[in-house]
Amino acid sequence: MSQTPHDTPLVSVRDLKIGAVTDANRKVEIIKGVDFDIAPGEILALIGESGSGKTTIALSLMGHTRPGCSINGGRIRVGDNDVTAMTTRQRAAMRGTEVSYVPQSAAAAFNPSQRIMDQVIEISTIHKLMPKAEARAKAVELFRALALPDPDTIGDRYPHQVSGGQLQRLSAAMALIGDPRLVIFDEPTTALDVTTQIEVLRAFKSAMAAGGCAGVYVSHDLAVVAQIADRIVVLRGGEVQEVGTSEQILNAPQNPYTKELLAAFDPAGRTPQPLSAADRKKPILEVTNLHAGYGPIRNGEPATKILKDVNFQLEPGRNLGVIGESGSGKSTLARAIAGILPPYKGSVLVDGRELKPDLASRSKEDLRRTQIVFQLADTALNPGHSIANIIGRPLTFYKGLRGKARDARVIELLDMVHLPANMRHRLPSELSGGQKQRVNLARALAAEPELILCDEITSALDTVVAAAILELLKELQSELGLSYMFISHDLSTVEAICDDVLVMHKGVVVEALPASKMSECATHPYSRLLISSIPKLDTGWLASLEQDPELIAQFSDR
Amino acid sequence: MADTVSHPLSEDKAPEGPKFVFNWVGRVGLAVIVFWAIVAIAGPFLAPHPPGEIVDWDYFGPVTSEFWMGTDYLGRDIFSRIIMGARYTVGIALAAVTLACTIGVLLGMIAAVAGGWFDMILSRLLDAFNGIPSLLFGLVVVAAVGSSIPILIMTLTAIYMPGSYRFARALAVNINTMDFVTVARARGEATPYLILREIFPNILGPVLADLGLRFVFIVLVLSGLSFLGLGVQPPNADWGALVRENIEGLSLGAPAVVFPSIAIASLTISVNMFIDNLPTRIRDRSE
Repeated sequence: MSQTPHDTPLVSVRDLKIGAVTDANRKVEIIKGVDFDIAPGEILALIGESGSGKTTIALSLMGHTRPGCSINGGRIRVGDNDVTAMTTRQRAAMRGTEVSYVPQSAAAAFNPSQRIMDQVIEISTIHKLMPKAEARAKAVELFRALALPDPDTIGDRYPHQVSGGQLQRLSAAMALIGDPRLVIFDEPTTALDVTTQIEVLRAFKSAMAAGGCAGVYVSHDLAVVAQIADRIVVLRGGEVQEVGTSEQILNAPQNPYTKELLAAFDPAGRTPQPLSAADRKKPILEVTNLHAGYGPIRNGEPATKILKDVNFQLEPGRNLGVIGESGSGKSTLARAIAGILPPYKGSVLVDGRELKPDLASRSKEDLRRTQIVFQLADTALNPGHSIANIIGRPLTFYKGLRGKARDARVIELLDMVHLPANMRHRLPSELSGGQKQRVNLARALAAEPELILCDEITSALDTVVAAAILELLKELQSELGLSYMFISHDLSTVEAICDDVLVMHKGVVVEALPASKMSECATHPYSRLLISSIPKLDTGWLASLEQDPELIAQFSDR
Repeated sequence: MADTVSHPLSEDKAPEGPKFVFNWVGRVGLAVIVFWAIVAIAGPFLAPHPPGEIVDWDYFGPVTSEFWMGTDYLGRDIFSRIIMGARYTVGIALAAVTLACTIGVLLGMIAAVAGGWFDMILSRLLDAFNGIPSLLFGLVVVAAVGSSIPILIMTLTAIYMPGSYRFARALAVNINTMDFVTVARARGEATPYLILREIFPNILGPVLADLGLRFVFIVLVLSGLSFLGLGVQPPNADWGALVRENIEGLSLGAPAVVFPSIAIASLTISVNMFIDNLPTRIRDRSE
């Protein structure tokens, strides 16, 4: 579609400027003069890290800005509508019929107390497009086009009665019912599991092609965008870095930032540590027959059992990856090893010493040797403590360091994670996401542990920042001889840092694989499904992907 | 790695400057509180007349150069009585609110961190206690042990502690589940550290706002107790009692009832002005 440039594009954005006023009454420019066009039937992707302005631009196509923001200059034209010159009432008339929106979280966008059908046909009711019966028939057609199960009856259910992937497709049906000429997708698959994501992407793609409408796809994930978009706009700090077709951006990027993004997507692999005979004897972490769960304990077993019979070993200096979809028990495994959630059966041995199940009965020395780092750096740092306090506390607690000695060590630790020494006087709220995660690591390092449990530590970060954190982890490992247990849902991250990988599904380790040869060695059907579901940086990946439908029905709850 | 090089030029020093700055509303509030605190301490030196003696032949006298705020229903000087009353009102309310909030917040945080049976028993016990009407409780206590200032402070503390406990526990339960508390717990920290260093700074803002409200309530209940004759005993009187004993003067247009009311209003409003406009550094920590 993009290969045949249209004379009159459907959407044209010229010199768009969007500003905001901060709480301190300071004016900030968020979008600094952006130009792009969208041809009819074309899908354009807006890609960039958080804060790059991609969602702000997408929303402005509907004439909408988030509270505090305003369109300060430029022109937006969608079809025959000059969005920037319209009144609020005219914009409201345009939304849903000309331009519609698919939000990131469908679960939050649906009203939990109304039937799905009533919400899907709401647009046709509001704009008085067609009689209700006709709208219902059209919705059923859309459900069928989006490959939803039981298209005739799914509309009678309530939002909590369908899965997350189904709900996301239903919200696309909601957007498509008014026959819009442009649909805005705002990170619609970011919150979904990879196996679910594929089905949703396929449904979007075929429905868009059938409807012939144009789309704007906002995402931070290049691999996902490569599957669905015709052209890609790379944004950074409210400015366009590069515009090009998907093939061109992926294969021949011109802009240095685009190159950086692409490089960060596929972090350099790790040379596997050879297993020496001495290492084999004494694993740093040995987990046997581990069972853990939540809820009140009756007859020695908790009400909700999560982990079932987990066994593995981790040799010193090696890294273990744990992958699986949400709800597979990855984080529970880390918490059970750390003692935050005491396992009710099985044993955990660190360096040959058996750890007591609960925190209170573990010795200080046992606690020191295993440190845990959490996913959300924001909530893992006390907002009331300075960075010096946060990093210094383990020093005082485990080693009794105080005053000058402690301060000197804090500076050393900050240096280790590549943060300037003056950072220690700041509060966590004054740091960026990547900096917070570095402080988090520095706090774990302060205890001089032998094993660090990393629970999705790069998942909340932008690709480029996450790649830098991975580099740091590798560097620290070679300097300090640490071992990591690295939990992630992102295969390429695990591949980059781990030697061995455990695949988890519903609290059970289904397979243990060498990280460098995951796709070749996988024999268990679930690991094969999971590994094949990870999007690749290749525009033809989704089209050529073939998965056994029975396998999908068995393991995926979409 | 762009995130590692920001602010490379700033010096290696703790940031100085505006840490604890009040805005003008907060300053006005603080000024009024300090004023009343000074009055409470220096009362006997400031009062122009002995507060308990009848100094005027007329009752409900008007404002004159000798009696700055008029005289009361017996002909006593209102100005002197307000100055002496500050001791009782400010002193008792401040002591009671400090005790109530300190005990309530500490117990609330302990209950949130400890959980289990300790939390269960304490919460139900204090809920039951909350069910007793406050004035009735005051009546029983005073009837049993008589009225004195320490008894009054303890009674008011007992009345307002359960509410403060509930409030602090609700806040602390939320903070307790945050990752930074989990990290501290996984480090092996003991309960006192968790409570005082991890949780307390993060609930301080709302707890202070609650303290301001509770202070006002205590001033009002103290007046109520005085009205029943259970509060500060005659010839001394707190401000609430001054309003109550001169209430008939209202129909005579006497200033005797107006000035104690203004005193109560000025204190309670300024306490809330002060609390609501605390430096953002303290107030917004938990937001």
